Amino acid sequence: MQTDLIQEARRQAEICNACRYCEGYCSVFPALHRERAFSDGDITQLANLCHNCRGCYYACQYTEPHEFALNLPKALAEVRHDSWKSHAWPQGFATLFDKSGVAIGAGLLLAFTFLFVLAQALRPESGEGFYAYMSHGLMVAVFAPAFLLPLAALAVSLRGYWGTVGGGSLAVSDIWDACRSAGRMKNLEGGHGDGCNFEDEDRFSHARRHFHQATLYGFLLCFASTSSGTVLHYGFGMEAPYGLFSLPKLFGVPGGILLCIGAAGLAWLKTKADRNLGAPKVWGGEMAFVLLLFAVSATGLALYAATGTGAVGWLLPVHLGTVLTFFLLTPYSKTAHGFFRMAALTKEAASKRAAAI
Amino acid sequence: MAPEPDIVIIGGGNAALCAAMTAAEAGARVRILEAAPKPYRGGNSRHTRNFRCMHSGPLGPLIDRYSEDEYFEDLLKVTGGKTDETLARLAIRLSEECLPWMEAHGVRFQPSLSGTLSLARTNAFFLGGGKGLVNAYYRTAEKLGVEVSYEAPVTHLEFDENRIVRVDYTQNGETHHVSPKAVIVASGGFQADIDWLTRAWGPAAQNFLIRGTPYNRGVVLADLLDQGVEQVGDPTQCHAVAIDGRAPKYDGGIVTRLDCVPFSIVVNKHAERFYDEGEDVWPKRYAIWGRLVAAQPYQVGYVIIDAKSINLFMPSVFPPIKADTLEELAAKMDLPADKLLKTVDEFNAACGDTSSFHPTELDGVSTTNLTPPKTNWARPITEAPFYGYSLRTGVTFTYLGLKVDENAQCSIGNRPVANMWAAGETMAGSILGQGYLAGFGMTIGTVFGRIAGREAARYAN
Repeated sequence: MQTDLIQEARRQAEICNACRYCEGYCSVFPALHRERAFSDGDITQLANLCHNCRGCYYACQYTEPHEFALNLPKALAEVRHDSWKSHAWPQGFATLFDKSGVAIGAGLLLAFTFLFVLAQALRPESGEGFYAYMSHGLMVAVFAPAFLLPLAALAVSLRGYWGTVGGGSLAVSDIWDACRSAGRMKNLEGGHGDGCNFEDEDRFSHARRHFHQATLYGFLLCFASTSSGTVLHYGFGMEAPYGLFSLPKLFGVPGGILLCIGAAGLAWLKTKADRNLGAPKVWGGEMAFVLLLFAVSATGLALYAATGTGAVGWLLPVHLGTVLTFFLLTPYSKTAHGFFRMAALTKEAASKRAAAI
Repeated sequence: MAPEPDIVIIGGGNAALCAAMTAAEAGARVRILEAAPKPYRGGNSRHTRNFRCMHSGPLGPLIDRYSEDEYFEDLLKVTGGKTDETLARLAIRLSEECLPWMEAHGVRFQPSLSGTLSLARTNAFFLGGGKGLVNAYYRTAEKLGVEVSYEAPVTHLEFDENRIVRVDYTQNGETHHVSPKAVIVASGGFQADIDWLTRAWGPAAQNFLIRGTPYNRGVVLADLLDQGVEQVGDPTQCHAVAIDGRAPKYDGGIVTRLDCVPFSIVVNKHAERFYDEGEDVWPKRYAIWGRLVAAQPYQVGYVIIDAKSINLFMPSVFPPIKADTLEELAAKMDLPADKLLKTVDEFNAACGDTSSFHPTELDGVSTTNLTPPKTNWARPITEAPFYGYSLRTGVTFTYLGLKVDENAQCSIGNRPVANMWAAGETMAGSILGQGYLAGFGMTIGTVFGRIAGREAARYAN
């Protein structure tokens, strides 16, 4: 961890702890006010609890030009980003975090080329739908490891994080609490229910929360679509292509549309928000991540729309290329934030419970 | 150039904004002239956090009830009777209808903050504090068509008999004139003008810290008083509390408070104690400590506590000075070490049975045969590490202001100024003759801001 970033966040947290005006905005402040002194682990946990809603910045009487120069959303964003890097496993890949934009770009190019060449070289003799271009076996051979290995790497990262922040044994009720908080995006509601500050200075709105919800639930629906396809394939011998009124399509089409809208909305909001209230150095990488999500959903929908046409021949590797890039970079890009966020929310639920006893 | 406004409001804090929104809703064209740049807009309202509100039953975040009489009793206690009962009761009575009005104009409340449970019944806390309130009001005011000029300090108001005919202000290095139909003065006190404070209080004021905005320099107040507008409040007095001596000269706000005095001994530059640190609970004593410290050499005090008390009070904005021995602490705080040891030894020797020590109640754990005594929470300073803070006088506001009637209207030569009203800190001296009641400044600002806005709009339309 970079000690100067932690030290700066600690300096700011100590000022916040003497003020407490922002107690009602989000989970960060009640957590902060429970402590008198902040260890590196405490600061790391606060950083991952912060959803960057910016309410505290715009309400703060100590922002620049005041000599206290508070900018807690930025200080925590920088620690947060650094904490993902320092917990990345294997450590050799950690620098990918700083070059997310480049990594995503290069990943896309490589993944597309790889899949295109593979598809051409191993084009099946027969097959229906996209299986006419790439066999089921080949897809599984590529995507099973591309899905499972990053998840394993992420699990190691999260274990490290859990140790850093002093997490104890996991309680189901705490995980459930975290799921409810994330499911509602409670921390972007602003305490008063008017939403957060993001795209228009101190005006509260639900725009970011709603676009994030669309992204999150869209993504989960897409995941459900793929999972249901897997179950149908192996469990019931029902192979793709599926009709519109099949589970994979009923999950996948609305999911893809939601993800498309959500990602496009988040990207748009990001262009309007003040970059200096986040981690300015990784703005580009974060933007690339949002656009990658958009590309995953847009190419998925396009592939479905192109069913039966020759365009499938190139759309398939394009779509699968975006998915492959997304999977492979999960532990080393903004995608990781969701997992760290869930860990932080779970830890906060546990701390809250302990404090209440 | 925008058309000439009907009403010019001088100042950009809570009272100014309440007046602006009220007048704009009544159909008047309103311009706010705010001396501060946008990031510092809002005067001392930026540093506030709550609104003291009468209520006959649960209201918004407020529990139970808080009657007019109880509220007025509380005011009498802090002011020692130095108040105008008619205006005070008006502010108290109207506070109840203000709370829903504030919500309708964008203010959001939150439950009483941690460490302030004693105020949960009487004071409604703003979510995000005073700057959150100010931001919401600016949004609402701008939606209502109120025009806001920042960095536009007013320098002079020109009278013709009992009417304001012109307002002069500067912006971008140029002098501008505007001749509105009506003027509302809501530009606070003069506490940020250290020279004025020094003339009023004496040379000690040079070493005072100003807790709030550096923009309340009393320029408009002085201009009006010089021209014979009627005044109210003791011109020599200010409300001052003891705060962290390392606080910035201006604008340190809430975080510079120190709550550790009751668990400490406090010495002056010569390492001598000078007052009973345990006289009462801190919220009832921090104001007199502002004066006590002001009376000490170099206007500074030094709080000494030991390891057993460090977690008994709200965290401080700057960490305490810490040392393993009292000698080392004396050196770090630039105090005479032998003298400090002697003072601590004498104090420790005068401490008795501490078994009934209770940090949040008057526990009667006192010294015997010590001058000055410590009458509560007197525990010997013995456990290393030892901690120290410096204390200085922090000025919150001044009492001198413009005298107003129930319609917030000012007067000159025993008759009303036909087109000038005042609201907020600049007229609060009518109601707060001395002392302070938490959250009452915002009540006065909101109630009289709305009255001033209503009256000015009625006149202008």
